[in-house]
Amino acid sequence: MSLAFDLLLVPALLWSAWRCLATPDLTRAVVLFIVFGLLMALAWARLAAPDIALAEAAIGAGLTGALLLDALGALRQRRGERQEGA
Amino acid sequence: MKALVTIAGLALAAALIAALLQLPPAAVQLPAQVAANMAQSGVEHPVTAVLLNFRGYDTLLEVAVLLLALLTLLTLSGGAAPAPDGGADALLRGVARLALPLIVLTAGYLLWAGAHRPGGAFQAGAVLAAGAVLLQLAGLLPAWVGPQRLLRLGLVLGFLVFLGVAATLLGGGALLRYPPERAGGLILLIEAGLTLSLGLILAGLFLFVTGRRS
Repeated sequence: MSLAFDLLLVPALLWSAWRCLATPDLTRAVVLFIVFGLLMALAWARLAAPDIALAEAAIGAGLTGALLLDALGALRQRRGERQEGA
Repeated sequence: MKALVTIAGLALAAALIAALLQLPPAAVQLPAQVAANMAQSGVEHPVTAVLLNFRGYDTLLEVAVLLLALLTLLTLSGGAAPAPDGGADALLRGVARLALPLIVLTAGYLLWAGAHRPGGAFQAGAVLAAGAVLLQLAGLLPAWVGPQRLLRLGLVLGFLVFLGVAATLLGGGALLRYPPERAGGLILLIEAGLTLSLGLILAGLFLFVTGRRS
């Protein structure tokens, strides 16, 4: 059972990492980054490192994801202002 | 060109994996050394023992680096008026109100659990910071523009407590060598200070950025 979980987890990690880097859509990249962080936390938990899993879920996926989403909103706002001014 | 880069990347990955497989086993058995000294560390969880006792010096500098990152952020351009309220809806506000007590409780539990199971100051601080970010996103907490005196004190409190303990113990001949019978209490004191300060620092990395957006 746990082997099947690991066999699903590893391709999911690699796939989300690759899609996060390769996708041209910024919003999708940020969401994929958060997904990657959560999967990574699962991977740390499977590697019997719950301390790192907690930190990864809270900082890697949560706070960094919130910061990236915020930056995305700021970028979009600025772009909107520029288009209004032009 | 793309195929060339792909082949080069795959070759590098194969070379790295081959090199990794040829590594000899580690010469120093760190887990055994940690297990042998657990009795005098003052805590029962090996990760906390390493972070705050055996390698406390590293953690002290890590906290200093985080504080430095926040100070650097504060020196960047800014001081603009807080961004207008995003008009968060009532549902988000309600959920944030419900979640906040649980978040604070979880942070307190993680801090206390650090002594004997996974947890500790960094995780508890991150959870606290997530709570502050949630409040800000829900429009219940205004973004920070400049740190007031109380906030400044909170930001440096953890580092100062850590440094104070280290300086007091310097009289014993070594930085951060706790006397075994008081190690547990000292570690809890340091971790409590660190939880508050790390929470504020991590939250500040988000809230100051939102507050400074022009």
